Amino acid sequence: MSGVALPLQLRGVVWKAGGERRLDGIDLSIEAGARTIVLGPNGAGKSLLLRLCHGLLQPSAGEINWRGPAAAEAAGHQAMVFQRPVMLRRSAAANVSYALKLRGLDGEDRRARAAAALARAGLSNLAAQPARALSIGEQQRLALARAWAIEPEILWLDEPTASLDPAATFAVEGIIEAMHRGGCKIVMTTHDLAQARRLADEIVFLHRGRLLERQPADRFFAKPATAEGAAFVAGTLHW
Amino acid sequence: MQQFYDSFATALGLIVTIDPGLVEIVRLSLEVSLSAVTLAAFIGLPLGGAVVLFAFPGRRALVVLLNSLMGLPPVIVGLVVYLLLSRSGPLGVLGLLFSPAAMILAQTILVTPIVAALARQFLEDLWSEYADQLRSLGVRRDQALVTLLWEGRFSLTTAVLAGFGRASAEVGAVMIVGGNIEHATRTMTTAIALETSKGDLSLALGLGLLLMLLSLAINGAAYLIRDLAGHRQ
Amino acid sequence: MFRRLFSIRAMLAFVGLVVAAGLASPGAASERYIVVGSTTSTQDSGLFGWLLPAFTKASGIEVRIVAKGTGEAIKLGQSGDADVLLVHDPKSEAKFVAEGYGVKRFAFMYNDFIIVGPKADPAHIAGDGNVVDAMKKIAAAGALFASRGDDSGTNKAELRLWKAAGIDPKPGSGKWYLETGSGMGATLNTSVGKAAYTFSDRATWLAFQNKADFDVLVQADKALLNQYGIILVNPARFASVKAKDGQAFIDWLISPAGQKTIGDFRIGGQQVFFPNYMPGQ
Repeated sequence: MSGVALPLQLRGVVWKAGGERRLDGIDLSIEAGARTIVLGPNGAGKSLLLRLCHGLLQPSAGEINWRGPAAAEAAGHQAMVFQRPVMLRRSAAANVSYALKLRGLDGEDRRARAAAALARAGLSNLAAQPARALSIGEQQRLALARAWAIEPEILWLDEPTASLDPAATFAVEGIIEAMHRGGCKIVMTTHDLAQARRLADEIVFLHRGRLLERQPADRFFAKPATAEGAAFVAGTLHW
Repeated sequence: MQQFYDSFATALGLIVTIDPGLVEIVRLSLEVSLSAVTLAAFIGLPLGGAVVLFAFPGRRALVVLLNSLMGLPPVIVGLVVYLLLSRSGPLGVLGLLFSPAAMILAQTILVTPIVAALARQFLEDLWSEYADQLRSLGVRRDQALVTLLWEGRFSLTTAVLAGFGRASAEVGAVMIVGGNIEHATRTMTTAIALETSKGDLSLALGLGLLLMLLSLAINGAAYLIRDLAGHRQ
Repeated sequence: MFRRLFSIRAMLAFVGLVVAAGLASPGAASERYIVVGSTTSTQDSGLFGWLLPAFTKASGIEVRIVAKGTGEAIKLGQSGDADVLLVHDPKSEAKFVAEGYGVKRFAFMYNDFIIVGPKADPAHIAGDGNVVDAMKKIAAAGALFASRGDDSGTNKAELRLWKAAGIDPKPGSGKWYLETGSGMGATLNTSVGKAAYTFSDRATWLAFQNKADFDVLVQADKALLNQYGIILVNPARFASVKAKDGQAFIDWLISPAGQKTIGDFRIGGQQVFFPNYMPGQ
């Protein structure tokens, strides 16, 4: 890859729906390196924040700008994994292949990259199976394999293990960590505190559409800066 | 009641002896309706998908229009095409009136809104499932259209079969633009109309039965193909 | 993999078959044919099935009949969509030629009209040799009467007779006077279904297969003569008219061979159309 699109800068970002400000005045800079976990109770706006950053939604007000040297090609440097994996009605390998085809890869190159991605996710033996026939844990690993295959600079994950059992969660977290080791920036939402403790380098804490805290993870869990943050860590903040 | 028994006997007789007159009109019926439905699919399926994927002013009005056009009366379509193709009409120089081509044209106009409207509904539901993920992968709208049409192919065949049902069953349009000319533009439905007006109700019913059998055969074949191919998906 | 190919291949093959079949269609292909606008009575009676193969054999020209009512057939001629008209309303035919749409009208065959009705015969017209008289009785009794109401030659003849009887049936439309707006066969179906009298041409009636208990009740009145005419649509008016082949058809119909073929047509052993071309009309 020619350059880097990060950091991503949000300034005064607002998102309105039905007259309500679901995200209000978000100022945030997402930098390369750390594994960033976005925490917050239901309705905090975590999912919205990710979608806005990724470009699936446009802000009602404010700015979202990529500041790195490759800012203009930022769209091609990202991948996103959703809570429920979305697979095309074709084989596992074909799903990965599809993503590569969109990037302009063809023939042997594409096949090889797809096979390698499946291998890294431990799915080689399922390559020819219809993707939608796989278990949800396998499908989520496949979604990650698909993301990995396109070698993103930044991977957005929206509650990727919320629908999975502990074993599948473990496998998925392993893949995320491997991707991070390979140089991919991770931004993930979760409302599983234990998972956040396991994976986070830094925490972004949202509550009712506002960004209340942004801290290194160990500091956040040890001593949250706000009352809401403390309540959330203690498990007493519900919405 | 006797007429119903007679019609069964007549239908059987025609099939068993492979009556050449019958073969001729069955061939023409299939030719006209299958051609129309194929053209309608080529136009209507991408049209339905495009309405889902592309935003443009008047999009909602177009959806309502497409849905309403599903109820286009065949006689009206026949009349309009007749006026267009008549020697005194704008397209008269083509000399297409009273030919199978005219019949295919009329039926295509009749069937395309059905295919487009049904496809649009189905593809909209499909797109709501895929939109975020595909857009995340960087899909362009034209690529998304191809992907949706391929992903939805089994259910889209239902839309196409609905169109075929309409085409093969109608008589108003093909009668007016085709003229029900023997050995040239007589289809099963126009033959049924003719035999009815000649009072040969058993033959008319028999032909009707055959038409239904044909429709069953085609739908059965489509189902089999879907089943075999869809087994793996 | 195989299954996936199966479905793509199946679809492509299907499309290919359809397109190939469409292209191979004879439809508007390069055979020699003329389009003749005619009436439902000549078609429904089966005359064309008898007559046309003989002409095609003799000339190699295919005749494509578009059978509508006389009124519609004339409109076909006026828009240049037919090459020849074969109809049975002398007044409209004369007008057609006078207005320059047709070249010349030849009277070439006739048959007769009849009134058919149910055995019950509520107006007691069976055997009446005077059709105007019979129609007065029907109107007086308010008995059901099905009319074609479609601007056809048969319909126009029927209306002329009502006029001669001094009766206007229109106020009774929908009550005792049922206007079907359809061809002869369809109208006969309606009259049988409603046990109504109807005015028909003999040929269609003889060939009609849904007679139930109906019978011919009034016939043989001179006023029931049904004269057919044939006209070439004017090529000076419409360049697309196939004048040579159209004239060939007319020439054959008025030739001794054609006239004999007309006279040889039988339904149930009965002659139905009577050739009457007289040269020098």
